[in-house]
Amino acid sequence: MKTLLKNCKIVNHDKVTEGNVLIDGEIIASVTAHADEKADKVIDCKGKYAVPGLIDLHVHFRDPGLEYKEDITSGAKAAVAGGVTAVCPMANTKPVNDNRIVTEYMIRKAQSDGLIDLFPIGAMTKGMEGEELTEMGDMTEGGAIGFSDDGKPVCSAEVFRRAAEYASQFGSFVISHAEDKSLAGAGVIHEGEVSAITGLKGIPSECEEVMVARDILMSKLTGAHVHICHISSKGTLELIKWAKSMGYNVTCEVTPHHFTLTEQELLTYDTNCKMNPPLRAQEDVDALIEGLRNGDIDCIVTDHAPHHPDEKAQEFDLAPFGITGLQTMLPLSLALVEKGVIDMPAFVRLTSYNPAKLIKKTDRGEIAVGKLADIAIVDPELEYVFDLTLNKSKSVNTPYMGKKLKGAALYTIKSGKVVFEFPMN
Amino acid sequence: MAYKRKDLLGMKDLTKEEILYLLETAQKFTEINERDVKKVPTLKGKTVINLFFEPSTRTRTSFEIAGKRLSADTINFTASSSSTTKGETLIDTVKNMEAMKSDIFVVRHSYSGAVKYIAEHTDAKIINAGDGLNEHPTQALLDMLTIRQSKGRLEGIEVAIIGDITHSRVARSDVWAMTKLGVNVRLFGPTTMIPKHSQVFGCRVCKSMNEAVEGADVIIMLRIQRERQGKLLIPSTKEYAKYFGLTKDKLALAKPDALVMHPGPINRGVELMSNVADGDNSGVLKQVTNGVAVRMAALYILGIGNNKGGIDENAS
Repeated sequence: MKTLLKNCKIVNHDKVTEGNVLIDGEIIASVTAHADEKADKVIDCKGKYAVPGLIDLHVHFRDPGLEYKEDITSGAKAAVAGGVTAVCPMANTKPVNDNRIVTEYMIRKAQSDGLIDLFPIGAMTKGMEGEELTEMGDMTEGGAIGFSDDGKPVCSAEVFRRAAEYASQFGSFVISHAEDKSLAGAGVIHEGEVSAITGLKGIPSECEEVMVARDILMSKLTGAHVHICHISSKGTLELIKWAKSMGYNVTCEVTPHHFTLTEQELLTYDTNCKMNPPLRAQEDVDALIEGLRNGDIDCIVTDHAPHHPDEKAQEFDLAPFGITGLQTMLPLSLALVEKGVIDMPAFVRLTSYNPAKLIKKTDRGEIAVGKLADIAIVDPELEYVFDLTLNKSKSVNTPYMGKKLKGAALYTIKSGKVVFEFPMN
Repeated sequence: MAYKRKDLLGMKDLTKEEILYLLETAQKFTEINERDVKKVPTLKGKTVINLFFEPSTRTRTSFEIAGKRLSADTINFTASSSSTTKGETLIDTVKNMEAMKSDIFVVRHSYSGAVKYIAEHTDAKIINAGDGLNEHPTQALLDMLTIRQSKGRLEGIEVAIIGDITHSRVARSDVWAMTKLGVNVRLFGPTTMIPKHSQVFGCRVCKSMNEAVEGADVIIMLRIQRERQGKLLIPSTKEYAKYFGLTKDKLALAKPDALVMHPGPINRGVELMSNVADGDNSGVLKQVTNGVAVRMAALYILGIGNNKGGIDENAS
């Protein structure tokens, strides 16, 4: 089956070209200026952008074990509705993804749905207990693309060191959710002006920075690739810039909410703005935006963390951390393009090209002949209210529910098949 | 002047006029408390539930007395803040009692924002009797009422609040309310107990006990709760008393007629020495007396319908 995407602005990591994309089966067969190819199906993109399918290195799909929040199928539906064609789910499932059986279960389930590719992140230590290494070799063979004890950061520097060393042997890498739990204490929001005002307990930025510094030094010690999760503070970015300037093998990611919202959102005690790391101050947001502009930040991820409404409808201190993000990454990131912070090629670098490189998936991240036909047709001008009819996740814990958003995927194409089409009225 | 809100959640969001109205109403109620028969029929037939998710004796008793003096039926309900042990959500608990046709809930909870959360999710009228580290509005009102009775005014009065500012809902409510009414507030305490971003309070943060006390019209000493805030913040109560406690000598640096206040219960010999707590400058028991009038005012204003000015002529 051949599908022609005609009349699109084709965006790659280095340029934007006008033309047509011919897909043959799962693969991009040609990228041409003239639409004279014969195809079984033609989609007229009417001058909208064709971008490589977004690759989200950081999601929580709650499957197996906590499917009432999200399962792989509902998560995949939310992904494709946000232009995302591949995700890396974190290991904090029940049971923990600390063995090949769970890893393969996740991959198979996503494959049978056929909506997205799922590349699991395995636990760094057994049970995410921070003590014994997982069978990283076997899990890598089973399809795990990296290792992390996300949310339960490894406390012992030695364990972290050994995990990084051992993962690198199998061509893999470790992903650090940088947080000194002892400094975070009972904190629930950023320690700043708003924690002083609201009486909500604070988590200082240094809580992240002190662990980022440690994990950068563990990369220096081992030469292993360390990827820093969801960076949230100006200080963290300065540490990463330093690490990169020293030539250490360190990369990082940022979430749309951390470069869009500040601690001011918490003045209303909204549990849908409670996440870890917390929303920080304006100067942090400004620094993160600058990091996206100048390329110090490698990729944008969602940290999509679905929770049941009952869990968020509690006293602020008791509500779990995390918000959903798969359907808001595109509009919030495109807002950076509209503001002139980044251009469309940079958008593609941050959301697809760099993530593909980080997880060593050379078959994607570009719209080019021979690559997998994972493509999102994006309209940055489309305005809509993000409501329950559009929301595909099982959960609704996002501060953007009911809000007006701008920019969406009109079509999401996974391995040559249209897996999502924006519902136009 | 009027107070038209459904609830009394905190001082931060109130206007100067609303605070003054609450104070005026409370001042009028002080008279009832001096009578031989301390009861008016104002809230007869109304049900007031004291919903305390955190242990309290004096605030709860004060609200109970206030409710009874207004002839309301007052019921005390004590529960744990932890929903895991309770097995029922906070909102379900409140809605169940609301379904019993209760009129006003007086709520104390150990988590900041929890009382606001209840107010937003129920139709009941809610009075915040202290939520976590956030606010304790009736304490701020009784503090200001006591100051105004003693000094004749609030504008331009120099108030020092000393102790654990970070973990004090009393300090927050006092600061929000007093700064709106033109009181000059200064803060002092161990560095470990002052928020890093204390500039949001718009108050002077002092560097020493002497600086904090010097020239003050009013000194509010906060209760130190070493057992609750952990032993990390101060090494010992002995050292706390030495550097942060109010002694006769320190008090001598304040204005001669300085008023010493404390939200209670006092740790004698720690933040407040007995000869100061019991001395001529002490307004501590006056605060407690005023607490009843303030709580009567709050219950009255919410219970009667929030738009009448002053006390109903038929009330007495």
